[in-house]
Amino acid sequence: MLQHAESVTLQAGLFAQLLDVLKNDGYRLIGPRVRNGAVVYDDIANVNDLPRGISDEQSPGRYRIASSGSDRMFDYVVGPTSWKRFLYPPRRKLWEATRDDRGAWQPEPAADECQATAFIGVRACEISAIRILDRVLNESAYPDSAYAKRRRATFILAVGCAVPAATCFCTSVGGGPSPEADFDIALTELGTGDSHRFVLRAGSETGRGALRRLTDHLSLKPTALQATSEADQRAVDEQVRRSVGQITAVPAMGRAREILGASLRSDHWETVADRCLSCANCTMACPTCFCVDVEDVTDLTGTHAERWQQWDSCFTLSHSYLHGGSVRKTTASRYRQWLTHKLDTWHDQFGTSGCVGCGRCITWCPAGIDIRDELATLDSEVSEEAKAT
Amino acid sequence: MGKDAMVPATMRVRRRIQETADTFTLELEPDAGTFVFEPGQFNQLYVFGVGEVPISISGDAARPSVLVHTIRDVGTVTHALSKLRKGDTVGVRGPYGRGWPMEEARGKDVILAAGGIGLAPLRPSIRHVLANRDDYERVVIFYGARTPEDMLYPKELIKWRSRLDAKVSVTVDRADRSWHGNVGVITQLVSAARTNPSNTIAMVCGPEIMMHYMQIHLARLGVPDEAIFVSMERNMKCAIGRCGHCQYGGDFICRDGPVFAFSEIARRFRVRAL
Repeated sequence: MLQHAESVTLQAGLFAQLLDVLKNDGYRLIGPRVRNGAVVYDDIANVNDLPRGISDEQSPGRYRIASSGSDRMFDYVVGPTSWKRFLYPPRRKLWEATRDDRGAWQPEPAADECQATAFIGVRACEISAIRILDRVLNESAYPDSAYAKRRRATFILAVGCAVPAATCFCTSVGGGPSPEADFDIALTELGTGDSHRFVLRAGSETGRGALRRLTDHLSLKPTALQATSEADQRAVDEQVRRSVGQITAVPAMGRAREILGASLRSDHWETVADRCLSCANCTMACPTCFCVDVEDVTDLTGTHAERWQQWDSCFTLSHSYLHGGSVRKTTASRYRQWLTHKLDTWHDQFGTSGCVGCGRCITWCPAGIDIRDELATLDSEVSEEAKAT
Repeated sequence: MGKDAMVPATMRVRRRIQETADTFTLELEPDAGTFVFEPGQFNQLYVFGVGEVPISISGDAARPSVLVHTIRDVGTVTHALSKLRKGDTVGVRGPYGRGWPMEEARGKDVILAAGGIGLAPLRPSIRHVLANRDDYERVVIFYGARTPEDMLYPKELIKWRSRLDAKVSVTVDRADRSWHGNVGVITQLVSAARTNPSNTIAMVCGPEIMMHYMQIHLARLGVPDEAIFVSMERNMKCAIGRCGHCQYGGDFICRDGPVFAFSEIARRFRVRAL
C-alpha cells in the first residue's frame, strides 16, 4: 500500500536518506544551520548540519538560541534569514557594457547562473511570503526573469511549526503554523528518541517523485517508512492545534487597512520615530520587502561599465531622493511608509497584504519596536477619534 | 517580454540645444528608426558608467523619428547628460507610464498649465491639441517661469501665442524692466480661462506647490477633481513597478502615473512627506 499512500511516516534516523534523494536529484540543499548564535539558512551538506536540539527564544529586539535538550531538528522558528535571499539575491549584476574607441557601447545582459535548489525547512509563513514575491516579481507586466528562473528551479521541503515564537502572529494575517499548499513535500516532526519520526506529505508531482524515490531507496527496510497511521495523523492534527493555540491573536491586524488609512496624519508616527533608528533591519529581515536600488560602476579605465541591482530599504534617506531633497526626510515619515505599505497599500498594488506574520521585524528591531503594538496604538487613536466625532 | 526590461537600448545624440542657463534639450535618433510614445510618458536615460534618470518625453508624438528630452542640469546624471554632444551614445529604456488624457479631452475645453520645467512633459500634449485643434473646444495655455530667462521654448511660445484659436498666458515670478508681460504666480491667470467648467479637462504640470494651488483655483472655477490631471514625481529607478522607490500611497508613479486625475490622489495629495 505504501506506493499509493498520500502521507508516509519516516523514522527520524532515516531523515538523511530524504536529503540524499534530493541531492541525487541534483538539488543544492539550503537549510537551517546554527551560525553566530542564530539559526540561518545556508548551504547544508547533510543532516548533521541541521540544528538538532536547538530551539529559539524570541521577543521584541531579542533573539537567543537555546538547547532544547531533545534530538528534534525543527524546534526553532524563523531566524534572520529568509528565502528571499536565495530567490531574489541581495546583489545581482543586471548588465554590462564596454565602450569602444569611438565611444559606442552595447549593453549585454549579465549571465545569471542558477542551480536547482531544495529549500529545507520552509515554514508556512515563508511559503506565504514566497507566494507574495511571486505576485510582486513574477505576476506583473514586466516579470523579473531572474526571479522566475530561480523560483522554477526551487524544491520546497516545508515543515510545520511545533513551537511557535512569542513574536509569531501568522494566524492573524490569514495563515497558520501548518503548510497547506505550494510545497513539494511538507513534513511534521513528531516525538523524540525512539519515537522520533516525520510525517511526510507530497504537495506536488515533483514531491511525489521524490517520495517514490525515497521509498525505493528504503525498500530493504520496510519498517522504516510506512503509510501514516491514524494515530500519527491525529498526532499531527494535535500538534497543529497546539501550535495555533500558542500563537497570540492580534485583532487589529484584521482592520489594518482602515486603521492605517485613517492614520496618515497621526502624531503617533513621531512617537515611534523617537525609538526607530531607521536602521532598515526590519526590511532586510522581512521575507517580502522587495525594494531594490541599482548601482552603476565602471572599471579604472572607464571603458567597462556594469549595472548592479541590490536590496534597498524605505528607511534610507536616498530611497525617496528627488532633485531638491528626499521626500521622506524624517524617520516618522519613513516608518509610516513602511508600515502603511506593508499592511495597507500593498493590497492596492498586489491584491494581498505584504505581511505574513513571521515576526522577524519585531525580533530583529534593535529598538524592539513591535508592529503589533504600534498598530494597536493607532487603532485606539482611530477609534477614539471616531467616538469624538 | 522577450527582452529584459532592465537593459537599455542605445541611441545616438542627434542634436543638443541649450534652452536656458541650466536646461538643455537632447534630440536622439531612435535605434529602431521610430520611437512611439504618448504625451506625458517618460524614458529612463542612462549615461555610460554614471547612472540613469527618468526624463519625460518632450517631443512630438506625431513625429516619432526623433526622440526629444528637455533636461535640467540638477544632479550627477543630468549633469553628465548635459555634457553629451552630437554622436554620443545614450542608454534609453521606455516609454513608461500613463500619459495625459488626450482621448478624454476630445470635444472639451482644455486648460494646459505648466510651471517651470513642467512645460517639457506638457509640450507633447500642447502640440497634439494644437495640431488636432478641431478635436477640442476652447484651448487655454498657462505658463509660469521664475524669470523671463528661465522660460522654456520661448520661440514656440510666441508661435502658440500668435494663433487666434488658443489663449496663451505667460507669467514670471520676477523680472526686470525689459519684461512687459505678467509678473506673479500662475494661479492669477486662471480666472481668465473662461472655459466651461463642466466640460473642461485641465492638465497641470509643475512643482507640487504649484499643482496644489492650481487645483484650488480650478476647483473655484468649478472644474471637478476628476477633470484635473496632474503629473506627479517621485524617485523612479526601475520604471516598471518593481523597485519600490516611486511609491505614492498605493500607486507606483512609474506604472500607475505619472499622470493622475486629481480625484485619484486627492486624499493623499496634501499629506506631507508621503
